[in-house]
Amino acid sequence: MKIQGQGVLVTGASRGLGRALAERLAGRGARVALVAREVGPLRDVVGQIRARGGTAHAIVGDVADKASTHAIAGQAQGLVGEIAIAIHNASTLGPTPLRLLLDTECEDLQQVLETNLIGPFRLTKVLAGAMAIRGAGAIVHISSDAAVEPYPRWGAYGASKAAQDHLSKILAAELADTGVRVLAVDPGEMDTVMHAEAIPEADRATLQQPDAVAARIVQMIEDEVRAPNGARLVAPRWELVP
Amino acid sequence: MTAAVWRADRGEALDDLALRAVTRPEDALRSDEVSRHAVRLVVVNAEPPRLEAFAALPRLLARGDLVVVNDAATLPGSLPGRTADGRGFELRLSGPIEAGRLLGVVLGDGDHRTRTEHRARPPRIAAGDRVTVAGLPATVASAAGRRIELVVRADGDALWQAIYAAGAPVQYAHRPERLALWSVQTAYAARPWAAEMPSAGRPLLWDTVLGLRRAGVGVAALTHAAGLSSTGDDALDRALPWPERYELPRRTVDAVGETRARGGRVIAIGTSVVRALEAAAEHGELRAGSGVASVRLGEGYRPRVVAGLVSGLHVPGESHFELLRAFAPAARLERALALAAARGLSSHELGDACLIMPA
Repeated sequence: MKIQGQGVLVTGASRGLGRALAERLAGRGARVALVAREVGPLRDVVGQIRARGGTAHAIVGDVADKASTHAIAGQAQGLVGEIAIAIHNASTLGPTPLRLLLDTECEDLQQVLETNLIGPFRLTKVLAGAMAIRGAGAIVHISSDAAVEPYPRWGAYGASKAAQDHLSKILAAELADTGVRVLAVDPGEMDTVMHAEAIPEADRATLQQPDAVAARIVQMIEDEVRAPNGARLVAPRWELVP
Repeated sequence: MTAAVWRADRGEALDDLALRAVTRPEDALRSDEVSRHAVRLVVVNAEPPRLEAFAALPRLLARGDLVVVNDAATLPGSLPGRTADGRGFELRLSGPIEAGRLLGVVLGDGDHRTRTEHRARPPRIAAGDRVTVAGLPATVASAAGRRIELVVRADGDALWQAIYAAGAPVQYAHRPERLALWSVQTAYAARPWAAEMPSAGRPLLWDTVLGLRRAGVGVAALTHAAGLSSTGDDALDRALPWPERYELPRRTVDAVGETRARGGRVIAIGTSVVRALEAAAEHGELRAGSGVASVRLGEGYRPRVVAGLVSGLHVPGESHFELLRAFAPAARLERALALAAARGLSSHELGDACLIMPA
């Protein structure tokens, strides 16, 4: 699918991978609606994209808040038009340092599920219908290897990402033949604030830069053959085509 | 409940019922919200009219038909405003927001719980005045009675943020409790263009859309800026609906062409779809692109593109009932409404539905 001229929504877009995706997609001629909770960093990113000639808009909102769902989708489509590509990137680890499941407060698990699973579900519910009627669109869930590997202390986050992976696959099955592609992407370990919160002792030199990962994800969105509907892809294993 | 309907409840044949001509079905139709999963559909052209589940729509249409929906999302178009000298008003958007311009109708003190025509007169507002709306500074570009055009002095991001923060769906006195924005959206809504919900599409669940496709019925979309249904001003109300913007994608024009070429029928989900399609065909061939629909449906109007219509239930005396008469004579509609009343259907905009499809 082409990127040029498309309306795109990226959540968690003020830093890390979300920011890199928004910058890359805007650089390719997409009109990008960036969603984040904090207005300051979000406006900085939007300002930088615009300074490079891109089209970007800031939407302050929290995907974990049910009442914000239509506000986010409505503002985005008022500003950039119909959304053809939705990237569910916003996510939370819950409290850090990460805790064993038996030490995890119930409310913290609920909060992680709201942000990482139910929030994306709600936004997809609002955005995917129009994509399917038009016969084209892409929904991308940013996943994690914690969705597959049972790492101790990653219980809330890992369970939320595993559930999101499965949601992604079922949605893909239900939307088969509508022209909408639903993908889950494990970006691999990146040098981000979130990674530093989870694993402060990590050697940053061994981590991928978010922009390099964003380049791969943009190719996945474009390449309907190598990234078919329902696929779960691992970014470091994606062969980047120059 | 009217006597005729009461007798129908006791099992009297519908034909006998029709002979008695229920003249005021509004006395008997319910007016509460129906879950979108439980909406019933009156098949108006069946002989006699009958009820189906809305979800049976794929079975009621034929392979090769095309269903066209209006994918406009509903705006939170009721916005609080204040004049420079501190008097409050309600601005009801009448159409899409473009380049910081807000078009709508001004109402005075009170809220939707007061019938629109009984609302306090709005404060006097003239072109050039400075006001605030949704907390943002704005200048009045033009004002003619209650109709007003404002230019907001804020960038697009701030304007949209303020509208979704301060706005609520436009609603009317027959439903006192506040509607959440999610309750006035269809399952395929995209750009926020509609002042009021294109409500005929509310019961169209994805299960039904996918069922239509499996049954060989196409589903296509257009965007039509469905406007206000009431302004509280008699003279303005008589001129409703005002000309409304629409956008008709090339893909939908092609789907209509292919449908008609194979002898299929085009079924509109809601009168806003009829208005857009008929406006786009006013000069003969159906044209893709943007336009303004000023078509007035009613008795004697012969649609060129649309063969059938799915609509909410509307009773004689409502302006919407008159629109339906472009598709069926009043007597047939009244017969269908008598059945709806007898079987406890709701005429609320979040209520039950009918399918009007002349043979």
